[in-house]
Amino acid sequence: MVRNARQYIAGAVKSMSLRNVFLVLMVVVLAACASKNTREQDELGYGTQAGPVAGAQSSGVGQGDAGAGSAFGDSAAAGPRASALNRTVYFDFDRDSVRAEFREIIAGHGRYLAANPSAAVRLEGHADERGSREYNIGLGERRAQAVRQALLLQGAAASQLTTVSYGEERPAVTGSDEESWALNRRVEIVYAP
Amino acid sequence: MPTMLKRLHQILPILLLFLVAPSLQAQLRIEIVGGVARPMPVAVVPFGWEGRTPLPFDVAGLISRDLASSGRFEVLPVADLVQRPTRGVDVDFRAWKMLGVEAVVVGQLLEGTAGGYTIQFQLFDVLRGQQLLGYRLPAQAAGLRLASHRAADMIYEKLTGVPGIFATRIAYVVANQKTGGSGSYRLIVADADGANEQVMVASGEPIMSPAWSPDGRKLAYVSFENRVAEVYIQTLRSGVREKVSARAGVNGSPTWSPDGRQLALTLSRGEGNLDIFTLDLASQVLTRLTDQRSIETEAAWSADGRQIFFTSDRAGGPQIYRVPAQGGSAQRVSFEGSYNARPRVSPDGRRLAVVTNDRGNYRIATIDLERGFTQVLTDGRQDESPSFAPNGETLIYATREAGRGVLAMVSIDGRVRQRIPAAAGDVREPAWSPFRAN
Repeated sequence: MVRNARQYIAGAVKSMSLRNVFLVLMVVVLAACASKNTREQDELGYGTQAGPVAGAQSSGVGQGDAGAGSAFGDSAAAGPRASALNRTVYFDFDRDSVRAEFREIIAGHGRYLAANPSAAVRLEGHADERGSREYNIGLGERRAQAVRQALLLQGAAASQLTTVSYGEERPAVTGSDEESWALNRRVEIVYAP
Repeated sequence: MPTMLKRLHQILPILLLFLVAPSLQAQLRIEIVGGVARPMPVAVVPFGWEGRTPLPFDVAGLISRDLASSGRFEVLPVADLVQRPTRGVDVDFRAWKMLGVEAVVVGQLLEGTAGGYTIQFQLFDVLRGQQLLGYRLPAQAAGLRLASHRAADMIYEKLTGVPGIFATRIAYVVANQKTGGSGSYRLIVADADGANEQVMVASGEPIMSPAWSPDGRKLAYVSFENRVAEVYIQTLRSGVREKVSARAGVNGSPTWSPDGRQLALTLSRGEGNLDIFTLDLASQVLTRLTDQRSIETEAAWSADGRQIFFTSDRAGGPQIYRVPAQGGSAQRVSFEGSYNARPRVSPDGRRLAVVTNDRGNYRIATIDLERGFTQVLTDGRQDESPSFAPNGETLIYATREAGRGVLAMVSIDGRVRQRIPAAAGDVREPAWSPFRAN
């Protein structure tokens, strides 16, 4: 992990932008958090709120409330070490437009990819279980493409991005209710190892 | 090393096939939940057996279950039989008439030479006292089940005028999913009554959209085993399979042309935009049939092979359209309701089975192609993947029961429904085989 952070710092320093210097600081903070207990993480997490990027709100996503909850907007959480929560974009029923609260997550990954040309992500699009399966492959593909376009706008290169649609075949959670469906309509941003 | 791993990855499903196939226990069972207003009362008398070993197979029992499963017959319980003749000459028509039975099946299982058997049976019209059918079917021990299904098919056809489908098969996918990731996915082929389950492919990644070749010898399907969607064709008997489409992006929804020479496919060609193509299997020539910014998928060939029906959301929600198989402009076919998808064409070409949104529920409906009207046949909340029996009388589809996928059947008039619960796993995407070649 320390090595990853160092690599990241080296890459960021090379590109010499202020934004990247900020990202580096955030990564260092998060790396430090990872080795402490939960309480300390909370305290350190508050510290990051002073920065120019809006603070990390604890959204309800992890508690099964994706429909209503807002997402982490902390761009420092972008990149391969981002939590699953910060690598997942949720969608409305039968829609492929990126909701406002997820734009900052995607922007963070876009900036990370722009700064790290050797990094690559796989965008895995998913749908909820309702309706026919192959049509849902289409919905998942559209969602993956929507995230791809947003990443391209942030400076990621097309060669860094691949997409796959699993439709409803790989749900994040089982269950046939609004909550489960909301958690399954998603694109997962998966960094290549 | 990476190459070896890759190879292993490619052949792993085949290896698993041999590991898993013999030990599968969870068989499907049929339960009737509805029926026709007045099923025909029939009796199937236990078959005679004079061999030295115990009865090798209960032929009459299987014929009884087949006939009852159609919902068109009321089969007299064995305990209520007034006599147990095994030859036509011994049938007492007056006694059966008193019971209200309209048709009687009698027969014998005969031991032949070299370990073989012969199923000999006769079907009688009780009211007229006439033989309707008399037949001898030779079979090896392992083939007694199939031969009994064939006997049931003949009896069914004689009494209803419609070919029976008891000797056909079904393919379906069983998933055992773990939350948040992969699970196990198996493509299975079983007899139409759910018996004889055999695993065609097992994989840790999703398997989708099985489709029978018109000769019933091959299955096309989608596999994510290489972490992308690819279309394969697998020969049932040998297990040999071939990757037929692994183009950039989505490769999905394969269906065979009626002559078996082409596959209709959904491809995104890496552009994120799904369209319908046909692939000529011999020449590998790919022909684009749609070119829209919307989702075009779920192609189904018309019975004569001239048209391709498909799902498109070019007008907003998904609806059914059709396009000439040689290419041309598309016409909308479905107009009732906000959601109509995944068409399948009836064997007579006169109607489509689709998934429709019926007041918030996903249900199986048919669309009459001449008159245009829609009839909803099922009453589930998430019914999907309808597939016609080759005689056009019944649809098999996937539904949910107690939170998991199960298969069900519904007659084309919606009056007979059956659940086919499996013992384990999430069962989905049933595809009914063509009639078996003799």
